[in-house]
Amino acid sequence: MLESILSKYPKEQDMLIEILLDVQNQKTDQYLSEAEIEQIASYLSLPTAHVSSAVSFYTFFSTQRRGEHVIQVCKDVPCYLNDSDNLVDTIQKQLGIGMHETTEDGMFTLEPTSCLGICDGAPAMRIGEHTYTKLNKDRVTALLAEYRGKR
Amino acid sequence: MEQKLLTKHIPGMDPMNIQAYLDVEGYQSFFKAFKTQPLDIIGDIEKSKLRGRGGAAFPVHIKMMSMAKQKETTRYIICNADEGEPGNFKDRYLMENNPHQLLEGMLIAAYATRANKGYIYIRGEFDTPIKIMHEAIRQAKAHGLLGTNIQGSGFDFDLEIRSGAGSYVCGEEFALIESIEGKSGRTRVKPPFPTDVGLFGKPTLINNVETFSNLPWILAMGGEAFASIGTESSTGTKLVSVSGNVKHPGVYEVPFGVPIRDVIDTLGGGTQNAQKIGMVQLSGASGPIIPEYMLDLTIDFDRFEDFDSKTGAGAIIVMDDQKDMFNILKRISDFFEHESCGKCTPCREGNVHMSKLLNKFLQSDATEKDLMNLESLSRVMHQTSLCGLGQSAPTAVLSTLKYFRDTYFDRIEHPQEGGLA
Repeated sequence: MLESILSKYPKEQDMLIEILLDVQNQKTDQYLSEAEIEQIASYLSLPTAHVSSAVSFYTFFSTQRRGEHVIQVCKDVPCYLNDSDNLVDTIQKQLGIGMHETTEDGMFTLEPTSCLGICDGAPAMRIGEHTYTKLNKDRVTALLAEYRGKR
Repeated sequence: MEQKLLTKHIPGMDPMNIQAYLDVEGYQSFFKAFKTQPLDIIGDIEKSKLRGRGGAAFPVHIKMMSMAKQKETTRYIICNADEGEPGNFKDRYLMENNPHQLLEGMLIAAYATRANKGYIYIRGEFDTPIKIMHEAIRQAKAHGLLGTNIQGSGFDFDLEIRSGAGSYVCGEEFALIESIEGKSGRTRVKPPFPTDVGLFGKPTLINNVETFSNLPWILAMGGEAFASIGTESSTGTKLVSVSGNVKHPGVYEVPFGVPIRDVIDTLGGGTQNAQKIGMVQLSGASGPIIPEYMLDLTIDFDRFEDFDSKTGAGAIIVMDDQKDMFNILKRISDFFEHESCGKCTPCREGNVHMSKLLNKFLQSDATEKDLMNLESLSRVMHQTSLCGLGQSAPTAVLSTLKYFRDTYFDRIEHPQEGGLA
């Protein structure tokens, strides 16, 4: 699968971030393995250390297996002012996990995120590539059930 | 109070259909640019006195002229759409609702500075704006507005979108350039500035979404007419992101010179549940926190220089009087600790220690010595950090030390029972 993703991109260093995003997004466990990092580095003729450095620099990338759906809850002030702490509490109780943890069935990983730039919809969170706003206990409960139902 | 230029056709215009933009005279300013000498376009922008909307408020024509004068013929235009400053969401609003206005602005800037390649760097969290901008570029190409020999003018311009991957510092121009080049987003030492040595070592003009979106309006109405909007030092309109404990959070476009209080009360609808306002943070996490009695301050770039803060007034975060100041400050400090790129010591180490000191206040464990340390640490970070991130990270602390000093002493002298978690 990795080879077919790589073949879409020109072998230029400035494609690195786009490639890393693409590769990680297509994996159900939402992370980049050592082998993949090496293969991407070799494709772009870059030292592995260069690619590893970028992977560790950007918050989106993970070198640890994560859930199929990564939940990112905003921790910054505009969301906090609209009760994001309560949102985190609700998710943690519903899923039985803490921050940076993954549910046993590999469905969800919970992470904090810096501002999502959608403060008029605070409190906000992102699941995968979807943003959800104006969240409260009922809406979050319904959303998580919806995601579970999709499987 | 509102004065709509950039948001004039929002809502109601379909962002996914270029025809909707063409129907409201979209791209007419770009066609007008073709009949004008590039240096005359920059001259018109000089007359408009347009200043960058990304935070530094730098005069746009100076950057453009610096780029136009370069000998190197390979030049780049970058739109900074890495809107990561907490409390800011106006660039998202512009991209989601009027993507072609941004493309037209970039085309005008590219034509005036003779750049043939452009990038829009959009933060990775902006899933919807990324999709909309991709579609806008596709449609602009199909209409012969991008590509080679645009409209038979002999001018070539190509545009690509690059996505961020979760990094606030990539909104800093050199960190952004490094990120597009496929590296970790760490800033470079200036000078040289990007218009001399920028992307791939070539002259590069970087402006933010709102700045580029102003250019079609300046060409349409003329620089002098544009300069008559707003104030002497800050011309035109400002898109303000209003958030926090207000009834109607959102993006509002007002002429410069409007008092902050009016924006909060009239447009934001005042506080939720009619609480009193306790604090207001301006610009975002990197901006000053001011008390209620200062809200008659007007939205104007130069008013904010009083805070020794380079950031503008693009965001107004309203906090009611039930909120604990140290909880807010600790969150802000944690944000910068996480987002520091680690290249320079004052920012990398300073933010860690600032978080520790603020936690002592939060836990009611602070002494006067901690207060002195916090103050001197803030000054060192502000004065010695390499880029805007480290320089502005202590702004919230420095402003509260000035306007809420009693709150610090109060916490030292009267510790809260068991600390405030």
